[in-house]
Amino acid sequence: MSENTEPRSAAAPDPDQLPASQATDVEPEPLEDAADFVTSLDTAGGAHQPSAVPVSTQSGALPGAPEEESLLRKIFTGNGIVTILAVLLALILGGLLIAMTDKVVGTTAGYLFARPSDFLIAVWSAATDSYVALFQGAVFNPRGNGVAGQFAPLMETLTIATPLITAGLGVALAFRAGLFNIGAQGQIIMAGILASWVGFALHLPLGIHLLLVLVAGVIGGAVWGGIVGVLKARTGAHEVIVTIMFNYIALYFLRYLLDTDLFQRPGADTPISPIVDPSAAYPLIFGSQYRLHLGFLLAIAATVFVSWLLNRSTLGFEFRAVGANPKAALTAGINVSRATILVMTIAGGLAGLAGVAQVAGTEKVLTDGVAATYGFDAITVALLGRSSPWGTFAAGLLFGAFRAGAVQMQIQTGTPIDIVLVVQSLIVLFIAAPPLVRAIFGLNPRKKKAATAGKTKQAATTGGAA
Amino acid sequence: MLQRPYASGPSLPDTSRLVRVLKLELKGITKRFGSLVANDHIDVVVEPGQIHCLLGENGAGKSTLMNVLYGLYEPTEGEILIDDKPVTFRGPGDAMAAGIGMVHQHFMLVPVFTVAENVALGAETTKTGGFLDLDDTRRKIREISDRYGFDVDPDALIEDLPVGVQQRVEIIKALVRDAKVLILDEPTAVLTPQDTDELLDIMRQLKSHGTSIVFISHKLREVKAVSDTITVIRRGKVVGSADPGASTTELASMMVGRAVSLTLDKAPANPQETTFEVNNLTVIAPNGQHVVDGISFGIARGEILAVAGVQGNGQTELTEAILGLHERVHGSITLDGEELVGRSVKEVLNAGVGFVPEDRSLDGLIGTFSIAENLILDRYDQAPFAKGISMSPAKVLENAKTRIAEFDVRTPSGSLAAGTLSGGNQQKVVMARELSRPLRLFIASQPTRGVDVGSIEFLHKRIVAERDHGTPVMIVSTELDEVIELADRIAVLYKGRLVGIVPAGTGRDVLGLMMAGVSPDEAQADAAGRHSARSLSENPAANAAENPAGTPAENPATKPAMNPAPAAPSVQEPGSGAVGDPHE
Repeated sequence: MSENTEPRSAAAPDPDQLPASQATDVEPEPLEDAADFVTSLDTAGGAHQPSAVPVSTQSGALPGAPEEESLLRKIFTGNGIVTILAVLLALILGGLLIAMTDKVVGTTAGYLFARPSDFLIAVWSAATDSYVALFQGAVFNPRGNGVAGQFAPLMETLTIATPLITAGLGVALAFRAGLFNIGAQGQIIMAGILASWVGFALHLPLGIHLLLVLVAGVIGGAVWGGIVGVLKARTGAHEVIVTIMFNYIALYFLRYLLDTDLFQRPGADTPISPIVDPSAAYPLIFGSQYRLHLGFLLAIAATVFVSWLLNRSTLGFEFRAVGANPKAALTAGINVSRATILVMTIAGGLAGLAGVAQVAGTEKVLTDGVAATYGFDAITVALLGRSSPWGTFAAGLLFGAFRAGAVQMQIQTGTPIDIVLVVQSLIVLFIAAPPLVRAIFGLNPRKKKAATAGKTKQAATTGGAA
Repeated sequence: MLQRPYASGPSLPDTSRLVRVLKLELKGITKRFGSLVANDHIDVVVEPGQIHCLLGENGAGKSTLMNVLYGLYEPTEGEILIDDKPVTFRGPGDAMAAGIGMVHQHFMLVPVFTVAENVALGAETTKTGGFLDLDDTRRKIREISDRYGFDVDPDALIEDLPVGVQQRVEIIKALVRDAKVLILDEPTAVLTPQDTDELLDIMRQLKSHGTSIVFISHKLREVKAVSDTITVIRRGKVVGSADPGASTTELASMMVGRAVSLTLDKAPANPQETTFEVNNLTVIAPNGQHVVDGISFGIARGEILAVAGVQGNGQTELTEAILGLHERVHGSITLDGEELVGRSVKEVLNAGVGFVPEDRSLDGLIGTFSIAENLILDRYDQAPFAKGISMSPAKVLENAKTRIAEFDVRTPSGSLAAGTLSGGNQQKVVMARELSRPLRLFIASQPTRGVDVGSIEFLHKRIVAERDHGTPVMIVSTELDEVIELADRIAVLYKGRLVGIVPAGTGRDVLGLMMAGVSPDEAQADAAGRHSARSLSENPAANAAENPAGTPAENPATKPAMNPAPAAPSVQEPGSGAVGDPHE
C-alpha cells in the first residue's frame, strides 16, 4: 500500500492511490470469508470481541460498496434487509408448523399421492387462514362493529406494544453502551411497586397524582438499574448475572409485599393490591371504547428522547464510545465508570415506564404478574430492532401485533396462541445468524470456489510429500 | 552458547539424519476477501535448501500468502505444488504433514507449560494405555537443540524464557514435526539486534542442513544479510525478484513502487528550558511487579526524547502512567510545575498532553465510529462541538474536513467509519486529533507501527515540526531505526529501569547492548572492542564504511579483541533500512 504525500492533482487518477475500499490492512480473520457483511470492524485483529451491536447502528455511514456489486444487490444484502427476511422466514416456518397440526391437512395427507393438490391447498389454507386471523386480530377487523370496531385490533396492538417499546428501549440503550440489560423484568416490577403504591395509597388531585405516579415508577426502575451499574463500575461484576439475580429479588419482594397490609387489598385473600385511584390512571386517548392510553404517547416520546440522547448528546457519545471500544474511550479521557452507571440508570428508568404503563394504564392494580413476560420480550424487541431507537419502536409494534392477533387467531382457527411464541423465537434465531438467512435466500456475495486446487484427481488431503 | 560459524562452516552433519529436502512452488495463488484482493496471481518457487525472502510492506499480502500456504486459508485460485505435485491443504495439519512448518509472528506457546509440553502439543507420543510419553519429546528436543546449538532446556517453563529462546522453541516445534520448509513470519519484530544476529545464524545453520526457509520481512538489513533470493510483493502482486546484492534503495523502491527517501531531513534541535520532569517514577502492576522502577528524566521544550528498548520492558506502562491510566504509581511527574500523578485521564489531556497510543486499533480509535467522531474523541464535550449536553454534528464534520486536508488522510469522506482506513491513514487520524490542540507535551508510542512508507515520511516530518514549534516530544519506539532517525536524545529502558540516556548519534551496537541491559559505559567499551577486533581481522578499508558517528571512547589500539568469537557484524549503513520500520 503506498500513499504518496505529493499534492494530489484532481484530474489524473493517481495509480498509487487505492480506493478506500481496497486500502484496508488485511488482518487474518479466522476463516471468515464474507467480509462484506460487517458485524464489527473493530476487532483489533482479533484482540477484541466483536461488539454485540451491529455495526450499522453504531455510527457513521459504512464504506461504499465494492464497484462490482450493483445497487440492488447492495440493498438486498444489507443489514436491514436481513432483518426483514428473518421475519419472513420465521413466518414461513411458523406457517408450516401451523399446517402440520391442522386437522384438514392431516386428512389430506392420508391420500397425498392420489390427489396432492388437496394436500397443498390444505397446507396453504391452514397457514394463510391463521395468519389472516392474526392480522384481523392485530390490525383491522372487517367484521367489527362500525369503524370503531374495525380499528379496535390496531388500538389493542398499540396498547400491548406500549410497555414492549419502552422496556425494549431500556434494553437497547444499554446494549449500545456495551451492557446486557437482562434486568428489564425486575426494573418493571420495582417501577410497578412504587407507581402502584403512589396510585392507591395517596389521594391527590388529578394532574399531580398522575405525575407523581409516573415519577415514582421511573425512579423505581432507574434505581434498580442504577445499582447494577454501580456494581459493574465499581467491582466489575458482570451485569448479566447481577440483573438476572435482581429480577428474582424484585419478583419475590413483590410477592412478599402483596402479602403485607401495606399492599394487600383489604378483604382479599389473593395477592392483589387495591385499585389505583382514577386520578392516578393514564387517560385513554381515544375514549373508553379502546384501551389505548397515554402511555403510548409517552412511548413515542421516549423513543424520540433515546434517539436524541444517543445521536445528539455528549452523554450518548460517551455511551456509544464505551460500547464500541471501552479502551479507546478510556484513553480519550471518557469516564467509563460514570457512563456505565448513568446508562444503566436511564435504561432502568425506561423499563420503569413499562411498569407504569401496566399499573396506571392497563391493569390498574398490582399483582405478581405485573411484568408478565414484558421484561424478557423486551430483550427480543431490542435485538430485532438492532438496538436502534426507531428500530426498537417498530419491533415493539410488531410483537404487540403478534400478541394482540394471537387471541383472535385462536378463536377463529383454533391455532394455539403459542405458535406466536414459536414465530417470535424463530425470528430471534434468524436474527442471530444473518449468514444463514442470506444463504437461504441466496444473497451471499459471490464467492469463487478454489479452482483447480480442489478438483484435481490427485488432490490428496495430506499433500504429496514423499 | 550458540556456535557462531565464524571462519569455518558448521560441523558436517550425520548424513543419516539429514533433513530430506523439498521443493515448494506456489503457482498463481489468488486470495480474495469479498472484493479485496489480498493476493493476486502470485508465483513463488522455493528451491530445496534455500533461504527465500518475501519482502513487502505491511499490508502487501505476505502474511495472507503464508496463511494460504499453511492451510489456514483456501486459495481462491491457483495451486500449491510440492515436489511438482499439486496438493490441497484443508488445514495446518495437512501442511505440517507435508513438511511445512510455520513460526508465527505472535508465538503460539502456552506460557505455563514447559518446552517439552509445548512441543508435544498436538503431536503427543503415548505409551501403552494412552499415557503421555514426554521423555520421547525431551529426547527429540535435545537432539535438535544439539544439532543446531539452540541450548534449550526441555523442562523450562515458557514464561520464564526470554523472547529469543521462546522463538527457538517455536522453531524446534516445527523441526520436531519434520519440517522441510520453515516459514518465518516477521521473526525479528520482538528481538534485540543481538538476538536478531543469532537468529540469522540459526537460519544459516538450518539451510546448511537442507531445510528451506521462507523468510517474511520488511526489514531490508536482515533480508540482505541472509537471503539467497528475494521476491518483492507489493499490494498483493509479485513485482519482481532481486538478489541480496541489490542496494537498499533499490529494494525499497521496489517495495513501494516509487523512489523513496530513506533519511529524514531534520534540522538540529534547539532545546530550551526543561518543562517536563519525571522523578523516581515507579509503577506497580496488579501482580506486584515493578514494571517501571525508579525512573527519572526530563524533556526540554524543543527536543525529542526517544525511549528505546525491546517491547515489554516498561515503556508502555511508562506512557500509561503519564496519561493517568495506572492506579499504583509512585513518584512524581510534573509538567510546567503541575503534578500529573493522581489526576484523571481527562485532566491530564486537558493539561496539554497529547497522547498517541501504541495500538491505535485497540485504544487509539473507535473503528466503528466515523473519522469525524474519532477526530474529536477527546473534545466531544467542549466548544465548538458541544454546547452543554447537546452536540453539533455540523461542527464536527467541519472540523473533520479541515483535519483531513491538513493531514492528507486518504478518504472520500469524514463520515466513513475509521476502521475502513489503512493503517497509515488511521495513524494520521490519531495524530491529527492530538496535534490539533495546543500541547505542552506530545507523547507518541510506536508512531509508525504498521504504517506504509509514504505515511511514515509524513508522520515523522509532523513530529519534528511539533518539536520545532517548541513542544517537548517523547517518542517510544521499539524500532531502532526510527529512534536513531528522530531522536535528539535516547533513553533506553530495560526491565523497567532506565539503563541510560545517550545523545543522538550513538551507534546501533551500543544501543543494542543497552537494550539488553548493559550500562552505557560498558556498552561503549564493548562496542569499541568489537570494532577493533573486526578491524584487525577484516579489510581495514571497511572501517571507513563503519558508522562514523561512533563513540568518543573508541580507540582501536588500546582495546584489543576481548571476545574470541565476536558477533557477526551488523550492517552499519547509517540511516538505511528505515523503510517500513513497523513491526506487529
